[in-house]
Parts: sequence; C-alpha cells; structure tokens
Amino acid sequence: MVEKCKAACAAWLSLHVVCEEGKKGQTCGRRGQGGCVIELDRVAMSYGGGELFGDISLKVQPGSFHFLTGPSGAGKTTFLKLCYGALRPTAGQVRLFGQDVRGLGRDDVALMRRRIGVVHQDVQFLDHLSVADNVALPLTVSGRDSADQLANLDELLAWVGLRARADARPAELSGGERQRAALARAVIMQPEVVLADEPTGNIDWEMSQRLLQLLVELNRMGTTILVATHDLNLIRAAKSQVQTRVLRISNRRLQLAGADL
Amino acid sequence: MTRLRAILAEGVALVIGDPQADRLVPPTGFTARLTTFAAGAMAFLAVFALALSLASGRLAARWSEELARSSTIRISAPAEERAAQTEAVLRILQATPGVAQARAIPAEEAAALLEPWFGPNLPLDTLPVPQLIEVVEESTGFDPQGLRLRLTAEVPGAVLDDHTRWRAPLVQAASRLRILGLLSILLIGATTAAMITLAAQAALAANAQVIAVLRLVGAQDGYIAQAFVRRFTLRALSGAGIGVAFGLVAVWLLPSAQEAGGFLTGLGYRGWHWVLPLVIPVLGAGVAFVATSAAARRVLRELT
Repeated sequence: MVEKCKAACAAWLSLHVVCEEGKKGQTCGRRGQGGCVIELDRVAMSYGGGELFGDISLKVQPGSFHFLTGPSGAGKTTFLKLCYGALRPTAGQVRLFGQDVRGLGRDDVALMRRRIGVVHQDVQFLDHLSVADNVALPLTVSGRDSADQLANLDELLAWVGLRARADARPAELSGGERQRAALARAVIMQPEVVLADEPTGNIDWEMSQRLLQLLVELNRMGTTILVATHDLNLIRAAKSQVQTRVLRISNRRLQLAGADL
Repeated sequence: MTRLRAILAEGVALVIGDPQADRLVPPTGFTARLTTFAAGAMAFLAVFALALSLASGRLAARWSEELARSSTIRISAPAEERAAQTEAVLRILQATPGVAQARAIPAEEAAALLEPWFGPNLPLDTLPVPQLIEVVEESTGFDPQGLRLRLTAEVPGAVLDDHTRWRAPLVQAASRLRILGLLSILLIGATTAAMITLAAQAALAANAQVIAVLRLVGAQDGYIAQAFVRRFTLRALSGAGIGVAFGLVAVWLLPSAQEAGGFLTGLGYRGWHWVLPLVIPVLGAGVAFVATSAAARRVLRELT
C-alpha cells in the first residue's frame, strides 16, 4: 500500500515538474519587485470600527514555506484572505505577483486565484458532484478540462490517497479525506502558491502528518506555501523536514517567531 | 461590429451550452417549476392578448375602410316630390367625380332595414320614412363639402351623411382595443420578467455557497452567471412553448367568425397570423435571458 502510494506520488511529481518547467516563463514573469509572490506593505484591517491588525508588512519569496500562527481571533484567516484577494485591506497595499489588488476587478481576482491554491479549514465542496469532479473544478471553470488535463486527475487523486474515493460524494468523506481532497483541488492547476487555513484543524495527528507531508512535497517542487495554524506540533514537525519561517500575529502586529518553537 | 459578434457568440454559446458548466449548479426543483409554470401561463395569456390585438386591428381596418367608402343621402320631401328629387340627386351623383355608383334604396329594402326595430309588418306607406340613396365611392373618394353645397342648392330636401359622425368613434374604439391588446402583451412580458427575476434571485441566493466555491477556484462572474442564465432561459423557452401550444389549441377551438356573432366570434388568427404566436416562446426566452442576466449581475456583485 505504501509502495503504491509512493509510486503514485512520484508519477504526480514528475508530471508536475514537467508542467512547471513548460510554463515557467509564463507564470514567473509577473512577480513583484525582488520576485515576491505576495507582498503586504503597511497593511491594516478593521472590522466594525475596531482594528484587527495594523501596520503589517511582509514579503513572501517564491518557494518559501511560511507558517502563520497566533491566538484564535487574531486575524489569521483574514490575513490569508488578504493574500488571495478575497478581502481588500482598509489601509496599506497588498500586491499579488506584483499587482496591487486595489486595481483588480472581480474577474481579475478570479484569474489570480488560478495561480493561488486555497485550502480552508471548513472545506467547501459542491455536494452534488463527485470527489473527482470537485477536485477537477478549477480545470472546469478555467476551460482547461480537456482529456489531457483530466488525465492527471487520477494521478493526483492517487497522490492524496483518494483514488478509491473518486466517485464518492463529498459528504461521504471523513475529515482527513476532505482536507486531502481540498489540497488536491488547490494544486490541480499547479499554482505558484498554496494557502492553507488550519488545514489540520479537524483531523487526527496521523492524518495531519500525512497532509503536512503533501505540503512539504509541494514545497520541494517549488510551490510557495503559507499555512495558518495554531498547531505548534505541526510547525515543529515541518521544521524538521523543511526550512520554514514562522510568523505570529500578536497584539495586532505581525512578528517573526521561531526561537520558542 | 465587434460588439455584434460578441453578442452572437454569446447567443451561440447559450444555445450550445457547456455541459460541464451546467452541472456545476445543482438542480433546484422549486425555482425550476416556478419559472416554467410562470412562463407557460404568461405565454398562454399572451396568445389571447395577441389574438385580441389582431382581431381589433382587423375590425378597425374593416370599419375604417368599408364605412369610409360608403355614404347615404336622405331625401325628406312630400310624397309627390320624392321621385323627382331622387332623380335629381342621382343625376348630380352621376356627375360627381369620385362616386363609383349610386342607387336609390327600394321600399322593401328600407323596410328590411327597419324590421329589427319595428317588426315584420311595418306599414311603410303610413310612415314618413325618407328615401335613402346609397353612394359608393371610388378609392379616391369625393368632395363631401362640394356635394353638400350642390345638394343644398339644387335639392333642398336631400341631406348627405358620410358616416363620419358615428364611424370615427367606432374606428377609435377598435384602435384603442388593439392598443389595449398590445399593452396587455407588454404587461405580460414585464410580469414574466419580474417573476423570472425573483426566481433567479432566489436560486442565486440559495446557491451562495456554490458561488463561493466557484469563486474560490477561480471562476469569473460571467462563467457563474452563464450557468444560471442558460438554465433559466431554457426553462422559460420550454414553459412558453407549452403555454403557446395550449393557447393555440384554445384559440382554434373558439367558434369561427360569423356575421351574427360579430366581434367575439372573430377573436382568432387568420392566415399567416397563426405564425405570430410562435414568436412568443422566443420573446419569453429573451425576457428570461435579460432578467436573469441582470439578476445574476446584481447578486454576484452583492455576494462579493
């Protein structure tokens, strides 16, 4: 079983690397100054008159692995939403691949999201479609659901260990399976960045490790990873496998953490 | 030209559709049935409104044309002078440009005209019934003012009635009835639009999570809107098609036009007019397309 999974993983990795090389010139051409994929410049966010956080600046380099941590309600989810254009900051500037999100319309943001894979804690699927159809959703909406593109779907499902569950409905999946399906959906477009919001929040430790392994593999292929989590054990496990940078939102400010982890 | 091409391409895409995109929106039974029923009921009513409008138009045209081409001269004179005055009037009419023919209405025919009001045994010779002369005009018509002046000068007992007084309100009534029919069609179209807008808004609101997921994976608003617009447009098209079919059968089963029945039995389609109702489903689909597109744009903007 383990061998099978490894073989599937290797097949998916090889496909992914080939595709990445094929489109390198296209996808890397519009990064910001210094090649940053995500840049926040003195960003502030307020809700209902109260400031959630302010004066936050960050540059996310391509291929980096970031963790974002902090207490519940500190604004981790909001921070991630800023990073994929779902929210606009109340002050400061957010640049995605060098483009200021303030100058982007809804359709521009939609196009941008094809370069950013997102995994939410409360994973949302289209319940009337199968797992395979849900994973292929980004290809469908971008008109890239050709036979060639969909041929990778089977390998991808094997990579996340869901090949046998391809025809199941999302409601039939366990928490861990849903998270892995969400990760598969997030990476099927071979995005440059994957943002994950508490991806291990609803799953057991063993499944968390498996999900982390998938994120690490993606990062080793060159994908930029940003994970919001309050699970310090997950961060420690990641640090033992890959070079990471840990950020903490505390007292409405973003700080570099790490020494205590 | 580019805009036209874009609209055409959009229309073709709407008809052909994208099976993958269609699957993304879950089937919604309530709004589907509501839209189909509303479009069907409105199309059924539109068939009758159109029939009313066309029948009114025919009536107005007939009254206008037939009555405009005929006039009556009434001669009120003592019995001993009546024949001479009738002869004089007929001579004048023969010499009047624009008069195609003129004839004195015989006593029996005059009695038949009065029979509906006075019964069959009317003693016409005991009543001061005036002599009537029917005048049929040529298509160019005659000068009624000039004829009146000449009659006044030469046959003082003759009075020209060119039907203007009572023809005008009849033609006006028929014309207004036609406008009422057209207005009904417009109101039916507007009501259809309102109903489909509400149904589309309900469907979009009920699928807020689907929209959120589609946006999360990079779907653009146009793509999301098209999935809903196509569904509602096809529902309206099929519903209106069924409504028109029932409406046409109902109109076909109406009694055919008869003189005795007058206007009511003429409430149907004639000749190529039977083709006109077939446009209703296309218009219904067009109304649904515009209404759903507007609703989708609005809801998607609000769901940012």
